[in-house]
Amino acid sequence: MPRLPRSTQAERWTRPRVLTLFLALALLALPFADLSLGSHDAGAALARMASGFIRPDFSALEQIGRAIWLTIAFAVAGVAAGASAGLALAPFYHLRGVRWLCIALRSVHELFWALMLMQVMGIAPMTGVLAIALPYAGIFAKVFSEQLDEADPRPAQVLPKGTDALSRFLYARAPLALAVMKHYTLYRLECGMRASAVLGFVGLPTLGFQLDSFFRLGDYAAASAIMICYVVLIASIRLWMRPVLAPLWLLASVVTLSLIQSPPMGSGALMRFLTQDIVPAPLRDGWDGAALWDWLRPLLVSEALPGILATVLVAQIALALTGALAFAGFGLIVPRVTSRFGRMVGHLGLVILRSFPEYMLAYLFLQVFGPSMLPAILALALHNGAIIAHLLGREGEEILPGLRRDAPRGLTLWGWELAPRLSGPFIALCLYRWEIILRETAVMGLLGIATLGFYIDSALAELRLDRALVLLIATGLLTAAVDRISRGLRRRTSLGEARRYRDECC
Amino acid sequence: MSLTVLDNETLGYGRTAVLSEVSFALAEGERVVLLGRSGAGKSTLLNAVHDRLVPAHRVALVPQDHALVPQLSVLRNVLMGRLDDHGALYNLTNLLRVRARDRAGVAEVLEAVGLGPEIDRPVHGLSGGQKQRVALARAWWRGGRVLIGDEPVSAVDETQAGVLLEQASRRFPTLMLALHDVGLARRFATRLVGIRRGAILFDAAPGDLSDAEIAALYAG
Repeated sequence: MPRLPRSTQAERWTRPRVLTLFLALALLALPFADLSLGSHDAGAALARMASGFIRPDFSALEQIGRAIWLTIAFAVAGVAAGASAGLALAPFYHLRGVRWLCIALRSVHELFWALMLMQVMGIAPMTGVLAIALPYAGIFAKVFSEQLDEADPRPAQVLPKGTDALSRFLYARAPLALAVMKHYTLYRLECGMRASAVLGFVGLPTLGFQLDSFFRLGDYAAASAIMICYVVLIASIRLWMRPVLAPLWLLASVVTLSLIQSPPMGSGALMRFLTQDIVPAPLRDGWDGAALWDWLRPLLVSEALPGILATVLVAQIALALTGALAFAGFGLIVPRVTSRFGRMVGHLGLVILRSFPEYMLAYLFLQVFGPSMLPAILALALHNGAIIAHLLGREGEEILPGLRRDAPRGLTLWGWELAPRLSGPFIALCLYRWEIILRETAVMGLLGIATLGFYIDSALAELRLDRALVLLIATGLLTAAVDRISRGLRRRTSLGEARRYRDECC
Repeated sequence: MSLTVLDNETLGYGRTAVLSEVSFALAEGERVVLLGRSGAGKSTLLNAVHDRLVPAHRVALVPQDHALVPQLSVLRNVLMGRLDDHGALYNLTNLLRVRARDRAGVAEVLEAVGLGPEIDRPVHGLSGGQKQRVALARAWWRGGRVLIGDEPVSAVDETQAGVLLEQASRRFPTLMLALHDVGLARRFATRLVGIRRGAILFDAAPGDLSDAEIAALYAG
């Protein structure tokens, strides 16, 4: 087949076509998705919860306070360790080995890291800290190296030729990027707070654990109280986490975590993990290619493949719904589209949905709707939709002063002025979130939805870590593939590497 | 004695030639001033000469855009002129806490360019003229056999410019500068080089050049 000229190739991927493609994929996925409501009465469950939620009960002060403080401590310690490691790796990020290490580190979700680390260290503080620090080190290394590359190169060029590499870095590179790096670290701490809270769902003593306990007891009023505290904590992060206070927070966190008692692990747990547990079962007594294949094939066919299909199914439907919610909703927070009161309500709603990680929302919806793909899809769409709507709304606000004096108001302004101007950023943001949605979808398997995490969790429960490792690698490859496609689409629709959106990616 | 020689060379960025077939030699003790409209190729020639000199001689450079680190103090920006004289450990500890001896030395050159009181201010808060004087102080602190400067006094007033150039010629035996002030250039230079449209139009002592010849450089 003759190759099409470049321009024609590019025209194939116009923005409307990309949108249509994603909508079509979601519609195609719909009939295969299990969206049934659980057998029990969703209405009654909802009513019971709602009556608890509107009467928050803060009397379990000690438990709530402890869960919140430990959530902060794990987040601060994990992000600090991740940022330090990332900073050390950033100058070497152009080396292939370092880059691949970082990609591998960040392609595994915090919850999966926690589950694997538990096999070695048990439910210990270090498990929680490393579960955040390891993937974050990979992310920090990448972002810091980009920020260093983007800094003004001229001061380094004009340094005397014989200046050694370290002095060159410390005098003429690092100071230029320091401000953006600080800003990014603070933002990452917000992500770390979410990750830390969610780690409670796999047994660490953070907010998720306490929330789960309250739910098991049916104590919805206490659950409501702890969630309110959490939203306030995340929304006020810029008030209590000042750069000057950071060392104090870190010190307090480290002291707190080091005081936690944890059951001791048998000696040699790490060696056993590395040399026995994660080695494929048929290879533990020496290389046997045929046996390996007999072991691997059913694992791929009956676990990895269905897991991947279910993950993609849920992710595509969730992505389409995310886009729809964000596009319809961003006007809520833009002046001249919405009244002052309406904007207040809009901001509040978006802040609440943004504060709760997808996993926690899915957990909540699961209590209401029962087990199916529906809670996962709703959770993903609401959280990610709220993030995109917030960013688009902020951008819309920046457009306003540049509009002509007689520009319309309300829905007309939204439809005629803002929506068309923001369609580019909208698609770019959706493509960015695609990878994140997929990552989160995989991990929701831990809640019992049949995505990849479900199979990983089952393998871990049976202590078959070798199988879990294969499934984790499959998950990592799937995420990397989606990241690749997303980047390709952004390039072809000339949405490029919109760096300003990078900061909003957890 | 020639410090460096360009013989019939074509200079430019990547594949675009900015100066074609240029011949130029810089001799010890000269004060060369390049004249010409912006974009004529002065910076290209300065950069080429700088790169030729560096392996064999100690050269101080004042680039047109100053190339300062805005987040760091005036003191530390000036210290950057001598980073290659020390090892990484010395520079690292100096970054955290500047040694008294270095501080005193830098204070002296800052005093000379009239920035004594600004020593601890971050560079991003300075005016354009002050930033330019920080870049000069960095070159003074470095010292060396040759000073290469690309419009090094463009942001200060005429009187100051004269004083600073006078200092430069006391501190460096050989100088090669691009200037846009023709009067200043005539008083300061031992040799004037006129560049127009990527070629050297004249290369002579100031006394051998008429005003008309120089004006031709800038004519439409």
